[in-house]
Amino acid sequence: MQRIRELAIEKALFLCALASILTTLGIVLVLIFETLSFFEEVPILDFLTGTTWAPTYRPQHFGVLPLINGTLMIAVGAAIIAIPLGIAGAIYLSEYASAKVRQTVKPVLEILAGIPTVVYGYFAISFITPLLREFVPDANIFNAASASIVVGIMILPMVSSLSEDAMRAVPRSLREGAYALGSTKFEVSTKIVVPAALSGILASFILAISRAVGETMAVTLAAGATPKMTLNFFESIQTMTAYIVQVSMGDTPYGSIEYKTIFAVGMVLFVMTLVMNIASMWIKEKYREVYS
Amino acid sequence: MRKIKGKVFEYLCISATVIALILLALLLFDAWNKGASWLSFRFLDSFPSRFPEQAGIKSALWGSIWLMLLTALIAIPLGVGAAIYLEEYAGRTKFTRIIEINISNLAGVPSIVYGILGLALFVRGMALGRSVIAGALTMALLILPIIIISSQEAIRAVPSSIREASYALGATRWQTIKHHVLPAALPGILTGNILALSRAMGEAAPLIMIGALTFIAFTPQSPFDPFTALPIQIFNWASRPKVEFQYLAAAGILVLLGLLIAMNAAAIIIRNKYQRYIKW
Repeated sequence: MQRIRELAIEKALFLCALASILTTLGIVLVLIFETLSFFEEVPILDFLTGTTWAPTYRPQHFGVLPLINGTLMIAVGAAIIAIPLGIAGAIYLSEYASAKVRQTVKPVLEILAGIPTVVYGYFAISFITPLLREFVPDANIFNAASASIVVGIMILPMVSSLSEDAMRAVPRSLREGAYALGSTKFEVSTKIVVPAALSGILASFILAISRAVGETMAVTLAAGATPKMTLNFFESIQTMTAYIVQVSMGDTPYGSIEYKTIFAVGMVLFVMTLVMNIASMWIKEKYREVYS
Repeated sequence: MRKIKGKVFEYLCISATVIALILLALLLFDAWNKGASWLSFRFLDSFPSRFPEQAGIKSALWGSIWLMLLTALIAIPLGVGAAIYLEEYAGRTKFTRIIEINISNLAGVPSIVYGILGLALFVRGMALGRSVIAGALTMALLILPIIIISSQEAIRAVPSSIREASYALGATRWQTIKHHVLPAALPGILTGNILALSRAMGEAAPLIMIGALTFIAFTPQSPFDPFTALPIQIFNWASRPKVEFQYLAAAGILVLLGLLIAMNAAAIIIRNKYQRYIKW
């Protein structure tokens, strides 16, 4: 009797663990299934190479490049904000700050990381955009720049906290060896610690950029709904995520081509973030410096 | 010269950290500045309205509470169960390695993709419609990786001597887990679960995907009722041009942040309180 009970519990717990595999399978199958049915109506080459995205009015165009362009603009803009600030903050926390300062600043960064993305979106339109238009008067109300700035703020804690973890994992003896040779703290930080922690730092960059690619609410609120091929950060653009939100907010009939675009664009988004996440893990594993 | 270079670098690094802190302060100040005067009991107890001065977040607040309770009911048993299996039952086999890689990959999937899954699977596939339960199932899948990873860490922190002592007294595996491992790991598991739920509390994108963004002037009475939630209501107000709605969005943000702070504080209190008593 007891044996049966033990076995039943083990099997039940096994099923719980299986749920995560089923979730992945679910995501992949749903995306593949609906995307294939989308490609029955729109040639895959038109989708991947077309430079006009106009699914809602006629003549319809299904070129996804403008959406990818918008997404990459946000990702690059956010990286320009988050990477220098994040790495400098990480160096400060890991190498310069006293234990007391670190213990106060780290939780604050965690708060920054825990703020819902819709709040960042509100911050972009209520604060960043008006401020930006003071300096650049002809910037659109919705523009890529202010969305990039808030997404940059959003991923900043991720860069600094993961980079700091990597830097703190560098053994003390390495630093002391360099000090013994007469290095200053600056030289130890930039010539010893950062190179030794480089794999972890790079992994944190990629992970943060992947997060920026998948970011939804802030870019929907602040970046606009105008898919276009542009590199001007002061124009209104549209990202893949913002497009998906736009379609699902409207009354799109189930099974229509507009409905299927959700999945095709979602597939591109999923593949992009998956590749980046795997690359991040791979870099971290492959180029890790092991000290014993 | 080298000294000066070092000092300049140090100040650069400090200012980067300070900028991050200033941004956080600005963000909070901006929301407080615009929203605080709109906060009132009437705001908490009114339904949304075309007229800003009559609008409130009653349906969003109750929607969020329903959503959190159902999400917790689904995600916590599933996530903790998976963590127990991975830590206590599964050996270091290829299969567990695959599950763990899979979980860390799932943690990196954008939340809107979970919304797409929820739309296809729960709203359409299982015909649950735009209901609280469809939202809760979607959210449960979204936070499952976080729950599993944090519960695993809590369980792993229980020293194996505790388990061995229990086995030595003739306890079975499940008895050991139930009477010794889980109670010892409980504070850590609770903390992780609360933090995971607070993540779900602030998510808007998956809910928009499953169609929670509609005008709702009632509170859900059953899991199958349509609903709206706090982040959705904030998004709705923030995307309107009229300035009063911007202030309402700010007031909604203050309520949402207040709830999140309460949840995080609870997690921290639990962690600190039990850390003091349990020493190995």
